[in-house]
Amino acid sequence: MMRLPWFSFRTPTTVEEAARLLAAEGPRAMLIAGGTDLLPNMKRRHQTPSMLVSLRHVASLKKIANGSGLALGSGLTLNEVVADARVREKYTGLWQAAAQVATVHLRNMGTLGGNLCLDTRCSYYNQNYEWRKAIDFCLKKDGETCWVATASKRCVATSSTDSAPALIALGAAVRLVSAQGEREVPLDELYRNDGIDYLARRSDEILSEVRLPDAAGWKSTYWKLRRRGSFDFPVLGVAAAIRTARDGTVEEARIALGAVSSRPFLTKGGELLIGKKLSDAAIAEAGAKVASAAKPMDNTDLDLYWRKDVVPEFVGYALRELRGDDMRSTRLRISRQDFSG
Amino acid sequence: MKTTPPKNLHLTLRVNGEAQEVSFAPYKTLLEVLREDMNLTGTKHGCELGECGACAVLVDGVPVLACLILALDCEGQSIETIEGLAKGAELHPLQAAFADLGGAQCGYCTPGILMTAKALLDKDPSPTRERIREALSGNLCRCTGYQQIYESVEEGARRMREDER
Amino acid sequence: MNAKKRFDVIGKPRRRVDGRAKVTGLTRFADDVMLPRMLHCKLLRSPFPHAVIESIDVSRAAKHPGVHLVLSGKDFPITFGILPVTQDEYPLAAERVRYVGDPVAAVIAKDEQTACEALDLIEVKYRQLKTISDAEEALATEEPRIHAYGEQGNIHRLQAYEFGDVEKALAESDHVFEDLFFYQGNTHAPIEQHASVAAVDGEGKLTLWSSTQVPHYIHRALAKALQIPAAHVRVVACPNGGGFGGKCDLHNHEIVVSKAALVLGRPVKICLTREEVFYMHRGRHPVLMRLRTGTTKDGKITAMHTQTLLDGGAYGGYGAASTFYTGVLQTTTYEIPRYKFDACRAFTNKPTCGPKRGHGTPQPRFGQEIQLDKIAEKLDLDPAELRLNIAAKPNSLTANWLKIGSIGLAECIRKVVASSDWKGKHRKLPEGRGVGLACGAYLCGAGLPIYWNKMPQSGVQLLLDRSGQVTVFCGSTEIGQGSDDVLAAIVAEVLGIDTYDVRCITGDTALTPVDLGSYSSRVTVMTGNAAIQAAERVRELISRAAAEHLETLPENVGFAQGRVFRADDPGKLMSFREAIVLAEEKFGTLGAVGSYSPPRAPGRYKGAGVGPSPAYSYTACVVEAEVDKATGWISVPRVWIAHDIGRTINPVNARGQVEGSVYMALGEALMEEQVFRRLPPKLSNALVHKIPSLLEYKSLTSLDMPEVFTELVEDPDPNCPFGAKEVGQGPLLPVVPAVANAVYDAVGVRIDELPITPDKVLAALEKKARGQVPRVGPEHFPKVPYPDPILVPPPWEGGDGDAINRPRSRPARKEVAA
Repeated sequence: MMRLPWFSFRTPTTVEEAARLLAAEGPRAMLIAGGTDLLPNMKRRHQTPSMLVSLRHVASLKKIANGSGLALGSGLTLNEVVADARVREKYTGLWQAAAQVATVHLRNMGTLGGNLCLDTRCSYYNQNYEWRKAIDFCLKKDGETCWVATASKRCVATSSTDSAPALIALGAAVRLVSAQGEREVPLDELYRNDGIDYLARRSDEILSEVRLPDAAGWKSTYWKLRRRGSFDFPVLGVAAAIRTARDGTVEEARIALGAVSSRPFLTKGGELLIGKKLSDAAIAEAGAKVASAAKPMDNTDLDLYWRKDVVPEFVGYALRELRGDDMRSTRLRISRQDFSG
Repeated sequence: MKTTPPKNLHLTLRVNGEAQEVSFAPYKTLLEVLREDMNLTGTKHGCELGECGACAVLVDGVPVLACLILALDCEGQSIETIEGLAKGAELHPLQAAFADLGGAQCGYCTPGILMTAKALLDKDPSPTRERIREALSGNLCRCTGYQQIYESVEEGARRMREDER
Repeated sequence: MNAKKRFDVIGKPRRRVDGRAKVTGLTRFADDVMLPRMLHCKLLRSPFPHAVIESIDVSRAAKHPGVHLVLSGKDFPITFGILPVTQDEYPLAAERVRYVGDPVAAVIAKDEQTACEALDLIEVKYRQLKTISDAEEALATEEPRIHAYGEQGNIHRLQAYEFGDVEKALAESDHVFEDLFFYQGNTHAPIEQHASVAAVDGEGKLTLWSSTQVPHYIHRALAKALQIPAAHVRVVACPNGGGFGGKCDLHNHEIVVSKAALVLGRPVKICLTREEVFYMHRGRHPVLMRLRTGTTKDGKITAMHTQTLLDGGAYGGYGAASTFYTGVLQTTTYEIPRYKFDACRAFTNKPTCGPKRGHGTPQPRFGQEIQLDKIAEKLDLDPAELRLNIAAKPNSLTANWLKIGSIGLAECIRKVVASSDWKGKHRKLPEGRGVGLACGAYLCGAGLPIYWNKMPQSGVQLLLDRSGQVTVFCGSTEIGQGSDDVLAAIVAEVLGIDTYDVRCITGDTALTPVDLGSYSSRVTVMTGNAAIQAAERVRELISRAAAEHLETLPENVGFAQGRVFRADDPGKLMSFREAIVLAEEKFGTLGAVGSYSPPRAPGRYKGAGVGPSPAYSYTACVVEAEVDKATGWISVPRVWIAHDIGRTINPVNARGQVEGSVYMALGEALMEEQVFRRLPPKLSNALVHKIPSLLEYKSLTSLDMPEVFTELVEDPDPNCPFGAKEVGQGPLLPVVPAVANAVYDAVGVRIDELPITPDKVLAALEKKARGQVPRVGPEHFPKVPYPDPILVPPPWEGGDGDAINRPRSRPARKEVAA
């Protein structure tokens, strides 16, 4: 049986108390919410925190609040997010993304905040200690070479969060709280293209809330590529959100990609659509533009060249769905489930 | 790593409706405590990393993975395992259906699947085949190909509805 | 008995006898064995794929608080291996490690956590050797040799046989088809990780509880490895949480915990981590194949030449048998008048391959069934009609002298053709959708045990007493396939009682008669026949005692529904329990034994022992596939499968075996692969399992599994109990090539290697668009030093089943253990 290393454990009941504990213990303290990302990593000795600060008992992180848009507490489990009717109706892309994370059990445990802060993944890294020893470790943890790209000075581990690209396309921001105060950051600025230092969040900060702008007039979607209908992390995530005029002309559009870089990011594909109708030609043009930004590496499941090759198709699925095409049979084949909303 | 091992914790866990005092090492997961400290070996393990579903149990009625829950964080919660599924000597209708219809072959993934299915039927007494497939998609089974599992859940649901009448 | 028309138990859907235990969590798997004072063992494994051990220092680990014992190679001077011819493994390596994961030391401590800490304190100095990463590299690398024994260099095994002049037949054929195929390796991935507990009993004797499919073989091998009398060793096979062939070897950890328990006098447990399960492996060999097949204009096969190259991994294991199996069963499905096979197994620095569901035969079956699809297209024949036209005949001999009894193959083909609407779909569905058909055949038990002896291969003992209870003892092992249920059903049928009234005690070498184990689909036939014999013997005794009371002749005594009665006057009856009392009064303590040895096979040539079986099962399958032309994405919505089971014992379990086979086959066809990462050789010698986890080793989830329509065809075989043949392995075989054929029907590309992934389909579609051959698969077959074949004329060309030559060109073989 895989065992956890030792740690001390704290159960604060407020964000402020949690922030104080983090500040006092320093970087060797880590937050734990659902535990679905951290505990496997600890069992594999990726992380060996001296202290775990549990967020499970912080009631304020479980809130969903209406405002100009919607504010989601970071401690909501993914299935709690999925179960919320407002999310499903107005922020369909987030709903589809959250509903496709891992498995039903893991979504009952894992939180929205945890998925946003998910450690980057790499097939040279997400291995047991003994395995990593057999390759003399890697740049991300305990070693000096990035085995994915041996000339690389930068770790190229893959961002594997589903909810982040969906939320970036929706224009979300996050609130970060520390003992020194709090700040709000647009979600796409939370991420850095570095497999090790992948978050702009400081180690003493707590991601407490996700703020979604008003969704009036917007439609959104998320398409996830993975081998199986459940369990698997994305090897490509395409999130799109558009606002159109009555005649179908695109007024605003955002297309974000996940799992093809060390961070989820907004592409330039959305800008190409503005002022146009979602014709097949416009969709194809956007697809090509988005694909040019995808940089999959050979560190996940499935062939990396193929993963890049299919980006335009997946962008097409997303935009055609937003155009109103019936994509249910395609969705069923790709996702093995019907996420038509 | 080289420090002295932490002392055992003493906690009261409520498992299958019974409050029990347990002493265990603080870094143990619920899976380890159930199996090793409470002798409830019906809950299985296949990876301990959340990749198979064999250790699924119910916490406050929700199916979760015992391998990724810290036991020390479970105080005050209601934990249900396979050992508590039957009513006394009488099998839960799901158990009976699984035994009758081939829902269990080697029986190793079965406890996790049964607990997950129980949570489903508690919420939805007449689930569609699609709903069952989705609900069980976090439980790997290498033996059955799942079809007889679906049929067992459907039959279990039917028997439960009948018992209700 | 076999002629009996109406059955009370056989063929009726029933709750399996171990069903209740399995749904209550009461089934005690090996890791559920918890004993007082039990200690825990962890193994230190090699981080290098190929290295010499220069020194091991365990002194710091031994002093670590909580550690009771540290063992290393020097504690285990004797080699072991499951086959007598390949005793090439050490429980802990003393001098040489041959793959990442090869165990070198063991710590036994108060708990796993402490044992893990102590592993870090063991200091091992290694001198690295050249890494040999695949079979082709092994062929090209004379030195260093992974083992000092074998054929030459890094070739473990070479086999070559020719049954009739194949080259002449090919030259005279209307068409000759030559194709290369590659079947990627994959592994069993049972959800239960292997566990073992060893303890010394009150008499000072050793007991090992283990996740094993073969307690008898473990019993023998353990006694040898530990140099203690087998009579002082007890092996208990716990119910396996899935086996699929992966728990058929004696594993290092079983010997290590046994030794530790003997040294410490305390129970010692080990449970492998998932990563370690991938290292134990013994799964499907990666096999490169060349198939040359001659046909007539109307699609009859004139001759076939199969060449295989197996990547065996680090040790022998069952590999010598696996190598044979890539050749010998090619002849059982269709009429092949002349046949030749050349097989080669190479050693590489990876976990050892071995038997997985279908042992050695799914690989050539994949090749043969795709090639038949190509033949059908070229000859403009319907693939189903082509197969019906060439199906092997009942009660026949194959070119390589295998004796075939009943064959329900044609019926299986007709069933799936009808149920799938094959005629309405094949070559008729819109682009992007297709159907593929394939067939297969499999053994119902290997004809010979793995060590030479003339004793029965299965024994059953029955104990009955005045309480009315019937206890059946047998060495067979419940691995989920339902072997206990087969035993109970057969005994219940013969004695006219309910299966609930039969208690099964199985898989315990101290309590149960020898049965060779749950492998090669042998249990239903061999254990079943032994059970019938035992039950009939005891029935005979009861009949005689009851006849006196019923005032009739013993032949006129009937048994049904828990009653013993006059067949000519069923109103005159007594309960089964009353009948037992009469028999116990008359004969004393009641019991009987039964045993089974398979019929002698007609082949007499050296090597003829691999392939014969009391019977062969047959399967036909149609797979429907949807392929997206823009991405190559593959979906399999439906599978139709018909299996010739001879006779169904419990249709619930039988269907479960078929559907489970479809499940595993689809995994192999579409996503499962045991693959390795070789780091850039300039920078590292590393060769690691790419994905040793259940997350990245892709096993179909409920959402990925198609609808399966299963039909059972009953063509009872006279060699089998009530005519019942195997159902656990054969149904896997046709599914894999049927997927490939369906993909071809959908989008016109051939994927001649596994797994069939969307990137390969897209690459083939791109080739097609460029006007190139629309195929992805192996492009060349390396030069393999196959020896001159052993020549055996097929039955219809005279001869007596023996070879007519002694080939000279075989390289000198040194059988020296490394």
